[in-house]
Amino acid sequence: LAPWIPVVGLEIHAQISSNSKLFSGSQVQFAAPPNSLVSFFDASLPGTLPVLNRRCVEAAVMTGLALNCSINKKSLFDRKHYFYADLPAGYQITQQRVPIAVNGSLSYSLCIDNKMSQMVTKTVRIKQIQLEQDSGKSLHDDTRSQTLVDLNRAGVGLMEVVMEPDMCCGEEAAAAVRELQLILQTLGSSQAVMAEGQLRVDANVSVHHRGEPYGVRTEVKNINSIRFLAKAVDYEIQRQIEELENGGTILNETRAFDSKLGCTVPMRDKEGKQDYRFMPEPNLPPLILYDAKSLPANMNHQQVINIDWIHERLPDLPRVKREKLVEQYGILPEHSFTLLNEDGLAEFFESVVKQTQMKPKKVIGWILNDLLSYLKQHSLTVKESPVSSFLLADLLNLLEKKEISSTAAKRVLAELWKGEGKTPLEIVKEQKLELLQDQKELEQICQAVIDGQENEVIMMVLG
Amino acid sequence: QKVSLEVLDHLEHLALVDFRDSEGVERLQKAIQFADQLHEVNTDGVEPMDSVLEDRWCLYLREDDVTEGNCTKELLENAREKVEEYFVAPPGNIPLPKLEEREAFLQGS
Repeated sequence: LAPWIPVVGLEIHAQISSNSKLFSGSQVQFAAPPNSLVSFFDASLPGTLPVLNRRCVEAAVMTGLALNCSINKKSLFDRKHYFYADLPAGYQITQQRVPIAVNGSLSYSLCIDNKMSQMVTKTVRIKQIQLEQDSGKSLHDDTRSQTLVDLNRAGVGLMEVVMEPDMCCGEEAAAAVRELQLILQTLGSSQAVMAEGQLRVDANVSVHHRGEPYGVRTEVKNINSIRFLAKAVDYEIQRQIEELENGGTILNETRAFDSKLGCTVPMRDKEGKQDYRFMPEPNLPPLILYDAKSLPANMNHQQVINIDWIHERLPDLPRVKREKLVEQYGILPEHSFTLLNEDGLAEFFESVVKQTQMKPKKVIGWILNDLLSYLKQHSLTVKESPVSSFLLADLLNLLEKKEISSTAAKRVLAELWKGEGKTPLEIVKEQKLELLQDQKELEQICQAVIDGQENEVIMMVLG
Repeated sequence: QKVSLEVLDHLEHLALVDFRDSEGVERLQKAIQFADQLHEVNTDGVEPMDSVLEDRWCLYLREDDVTEGNCTKELLENAREKVEEYFVAPPGNIPLPKLEEREAFLQGS
């Protein structure tokens, strides 16, 4: 049987981190009283008009630059029409014809065979990034046969990042999204917390045989975490392969991932192909961006967005941060991945290194094995750690100066986790863990042991 | 050229417009004919125009300040039904009758 080649593309919606919405001045906030963060425009009352939020444009430009995209100096807004209760206008303002950024790439890393020590770098092409409005939220009340609508989210700015179908499995999709999440968080353009709906991923999946054209693809929605993304994609690939091998066909449909059952199911309410009747948004002229060369002389600064100015101020991206950690501290690449994967861990590590004479290559073991595993066991974030970088550095100094053994250090650490406010030195003294340095004292102890075990000593001497 | 029943049905689904009777359909066909005159102009190699104001129509950029919202009561005043400050809508989209199911559909259109 010829092997199947799975093809996976992703459409990712990232909520822009801003105070107010994309086209109105109402607040952006998770979990507020229903319909309290809604302006007349968001509710689509007649006579209201969209006014573009500068911060949202900057967020999209930053993201485009970080993903190696070409930024379109002129981009356009369009209306995408469909009817749903949480879309009061009957259309969404998006960028269908000419989006703000195109043709980028994202590099991400994978462990081969689950071994941290063997990592490969892969690249996925970014087709485009577009600015668009988020919709409101529908709460389905099946018992009373009604839908409750909250428009707090309606109009919040989104960046839709479209990744080309360059991925082949759940693991790759998950790794790509994880890296994108880290980039967005580093830039600050989105907080990208999936659990709060700030990052939503839809997967496009198909399979085909080598040399043959791509198969029919399905769209998988309702994926709520990176872990579920990998599961959903892998399940859908398997489902399609089984269907085809049994002589069936794949429908070009939208399916929802059911996390409880671990499978994808067809979605209701999506019968037939949608015709969105795209048209230019008549209330918004083209969005013009400038760079150092094209900067107009006499324009109000507040009305000008300079791509080069933004580019110069981009922070170090995760990839660069990792390289710097490896170079500066001599740690392994896989260590740098773990450091960046945990919020605040890299900073904690660097703080400890500054405060101790112990070499970074040794410190990293204490951070990744001892500190991190403890935090994971107790579901704590680095910020919530009862052991501060100061305390840990203090402990490592005792070890480095050979005042205690490695085993003793682990015992002191176990005591420090209790967060009772004792210093490492106090614990060492309490539990009498000091290493004996005095030769004479050591001899006395050894002699005492030998004296106390005369029989065993005779047996040993006799061989 | 007449508009086929399938296209008519499709349009009604998309726009939630009811063409109702043959007069409505006739009006639709006249509207299409009128718009088709646009095809008589050769636009090869010509960039579509967004506005007659061209470069003079600048997109205004707003500062990222919270200036609106907090008017739940006013917004809900227009709602026919509400439940604890939520708008109430029917469950999901109510599907329109399928083409075959429609009674007394436009005769001889």
